[in-house]
Amino acid sequence: MNPARNSAPRALATPLVHLASEPYYHATGDELEVFASAAKSGLPVMLKGPTGCGKTRFVEHMAWRLQRPLVTVACHDDLTTADLVGRYLIVGDETVWMDGPLTAAVRAGAICYLDEIVEARKDTTVVIHPLTDSRRALPVEKRGEYIEAPPDFMLVISYNPGYQSVLKEMKPSTRQRFVALDFDYPEAAIEARIVAHEGGVDDDTARKLVKLGGLTRKLKGAGLDEGAGTRLLVHAAQLIASGMSPAIACTAAIARPLADETDTRDALDDLIRAVF
Amino acid sequence: MSERKLFAHELEVRLDELLLLSLRQRSAAEPAALLETLPRELQERVLHWAGVAAQTSDDLGWLIASRAAEQAASLGAQLDDWARAGLDAYDHSGLAATRRALNDFAAAHRAGAFESQEGVAFGAIEGRLSRFLHALEGRPLKLASGARAWTDSETLWLPERLDAAPDAAGNRRLYKAIAALLWAQTRFGSFNIDPEPELAQWPAPEPALRWFALFEAMRLEACIARELPGLAADIAGLRGPWPAQLAATAAALARPQASAADSLACLAELRRVGAGETPNFPHVGALDPLAARRVRAVRIARDTATLRQALNLLRAVDPSAGGQDHPDYPPLAAEGQTQHVDPQAEFVALPPPARAAARSLQQDLGEIPPEVLQAAGPGAWAPVDGVDSYAAVTVTTQPDAFYDEWDYRRAAWRHGWCHLYEMKAPVGDHAWVDEVRTRHAHLIRSIRRRFEALRGEDKPQRRQFDGEEIDLDAQVEARADRKSGTEPSPRLFIHRRRIERSLAVMFMVDMSGSTKGWVNDAERESLVLLCEAIEALGDSYAIYGFSGWTRTHCDIYPVKRFSDRYDAATRSRIAGIEAKDYTRMGVAVRHLTGLLARQNTRHKLLVTLSDGRPDDYGDEYRGRYGIEDTRRALLEAREKGIRSYCVTIDRHGADYLPQLYGPAHYAVIDDAKKLPQKIAEIYRKLTG
Repeated sequence: MNPARNSAPRALATPLVHLASEPYYHATGDELEVFASAAKSGLPVMLKGPTGCGKTRFVEHMAWRLQRPLVTVACHDDLTTADLVGRYLIVGDETVWMDGPLTAAVRAGAICYLDEIVEARKDTTVVIHPLTDSRRALPVEKRGEYIEAPPDFMLVISYNPGYQSVLKEMKPSTRQRFVALDFDYPEAAIEARIVAHEGGVDDDTARKLVKLGGLTRKLKGAGLDEGAGTRLLVHAAQLIASGMSPAIACTAAIARPLADETDTRDALDDLIRAVF
Repeated sequence: MSERKLFAHELEVRLDELLLLSLRQRSAAEPAALLETLPRELQERVLHWAGVAAQTSDDLGWLIASRAAEQAASLGAQLDDWARAGLDAYDHSGLAATRRALNDFAAAHRAGAFESQEGVAFGAIEGRLSRFLHALEGRPLKLASGARAWTDSETLWLPERLDAAPDAAGNRRLYKAIAALLWAQTRFGSFNIDPEPELAQWPAPEPALRWFALFEAMRLEACIARELPGLAADIAGLRGPWPAQLAATAAALARPQASAADSLACLAELRRVGAGETPNFPHVGALDPLAARRVRAVRIARDTATLRQALNLLRAVDPSAGGQDHPDYPPLAAEGQTQHVDPQAEFVALPPPARAAARSLQQDLGEIPPEVLQAAGPGAWAPVDGVDSYAAVTVTTQPDAFYDEWDYRRAAWRHGWCHLYEMKAPVGDHAWVDEVRTRHAHLIRSIRRRFEALRGEDKPQRRQFDGEEIDLDAQVEARADRKSGTEPSPRLFIHRRRIERSLAVMFMVDMSGSTKGWVNDAERESLVLLCEAIEALGDSYAIYGFSGWTRTHCDIYPVKRFSDRYDAATRSRIAGIEAKDYTRMGVAVRHLTGLLARQNTRHKLLVTLSDGRPDDYGDEYRGRYGIEDTRRALLEAREKGIRSYCVTIDRHGADYLPQLYGPAHYAVIDDAKKLPQKIAEIYRKLTG
């Protein structure tokens, strides 16, 4: 008996995540209602916003709220159509068809979340087109299969308009298929609540972290490509909660990930020192 | 270098050579006599700086030489910094400013400010501080060096060098503290009251202003403490405890409700009881409310006009919008909150410039005056004095960009030295292009054929999980593995993947006067051939011409932007490339590499087409200066990941080329007529 026979497909199986407990999410606008309505109407949704402002968390939260399984794909520039749809694998003497994450999500009636869609290769985005209009179907060419999506299937994509690059713009033919939700850093008071909750720090520390985050965001375009997202602030908070001094935690979790260049790093250190 | 000191007569000859003094009927005898006493090394430094300065202007050279002769002995190792400060002042404000800067520097030096070796120069901390200030809230501030620390509420001047603390870290902290307090002056309303009536009652304004600055520093430190406690703690640590007789005042001014008016009241009180000697705190910059308020008045007028115009436009579109009764515009100034400035104020519906103006007004006035928000009828607002002329000036003479230039003699940057304008490329005769295409039809055909072979080709990738074809080698191996009982690899396919060229090319074309005639024709013909060839390849490319006349007129002509197509309009612009003025190459390289760096391709290539060494009107850019600056610009390009290739048409061999194009590869073409034939081949080799 060949041990490889069963191990290969299992290793590549698509994770369908069923969220059992509520992922923490603090709504800042009407995004919960819009998303829920889109889900009800079978419309695909596009989330726009800077890095680390809660897009992924929002999708997880909605998957829990709607009680649907979630498939997340982090897109990268080598992501091919086969990576999304599926491929034949040779296992022992036979060929075995392996569903890709998108196909698996369609079959299961899950929410399929394509994170940072613009990173994927151009031809890849075309495969989602039939899923995003009235057809709501996924043609699997290699198997000659045409999978009609069940009502519970939902496609969600995200992208960061902050990357000011021509090549990473999404084509209008793709953009215009989606209901779009704009995400931004939450306003200071709400962000402080999020940082306090997620990072396990007291309100005062959370407020200072948010203040620091706001200052770094002003450096966008003046040394930084992007300021510190809520996620970075939460990381810093977690380090502080585990007993680290705020200055060291912020340097490690915020300043260093943001900048390599000396002047900017020094300026960030100065900002950290100024806030704490 | 010989160790022997130069004698006065030798120094006199050297100075005369450098400064051409005999022509100007000046005598080097006096400075030469002073310099004679110095060690040889210092003598040479003085001569060096005199020479450097003389290349900018004879008067500047004389000034530096004569002052250096007087002060070199006391300045010692600081001579270089002293001279740089002077040259910098000249670049910005002319000869009188240089004289002041040199004197200030020397005075500060005599005062013992520079004794420590642990001093920090402004240049060393500028980048860090400017980012720090940029991140802080409020109106953006420019950072510059000057004789004293003060701000006019738009620019923040800091001393050339700080040396008060015993170690470098302390001096850096001091820079930060001074800058933070000056920032706080603009942020927390130091200029929102008129101190003139009070100042008028003092016998001399100078001590009054120093006291006022000190009281404000007490108040502002407390303001900072409320927003940035760490920064305030740093400042407090630097200054130490307030003297006992001032402690009560400091506590009173630290109250949250204290304003600049309270500082002024303290000043009035002090005048009544009699002011003693002003205590000296190095972290307290100067306060010049009169100058700042002049700048503020102009800004308020400008911001008011901008905001009104935006509101009027908004109301023109939607007559119900605007005014204080509109729900989208809650009362902008909350009563009783005049000092509190909310940067996130509600101007969401306004365009960004108007929003910035509104925020700036809030910062200046504490509130937006109601009359600004009053409906004034579309376009009926009366322009405030100075506003219209301001707009006119910005429209017609504002350069598109400023670029630093490298001065090898100073081994320093000249900041914002070159003024770059993007001009409209002239349009030429389209028929000329057609004629070139007919004349070179055969050449174009063969180039296209060769280039098509280079085009992004399909490369088969073997041993893939899936693909269009079966990989026979892998199949055979897998079979053998299975027979022998080992685990076969599942990677059995060939996947054909298109390899994209992912290349962006910028052609930078010399439009200097010396290209007139054959060279210009050759350049234009080459560009036509290149365009034909690159169109076959599908690379992304742009063509920009450059020329200019002194540093204040560096012109760039977009012949074909990256987004333009190779169409009739582009072809006419190629035909329109003409010989204009001079060749200031460095700034052109910097600007165009900036454009190129924005292209999202894996490879970026800058190709310069020129007919010789960099040159500009006046003697300065000619020779080594221009070569060093261009070389530096090409090095910067390489740091940005841009490869450069320089094609030079020069029939007299070119000994300066290795020096100039050190960081780049280059080709020399001795006959302009050969350029069109060669250029396509060069491009093919470069990108193949």
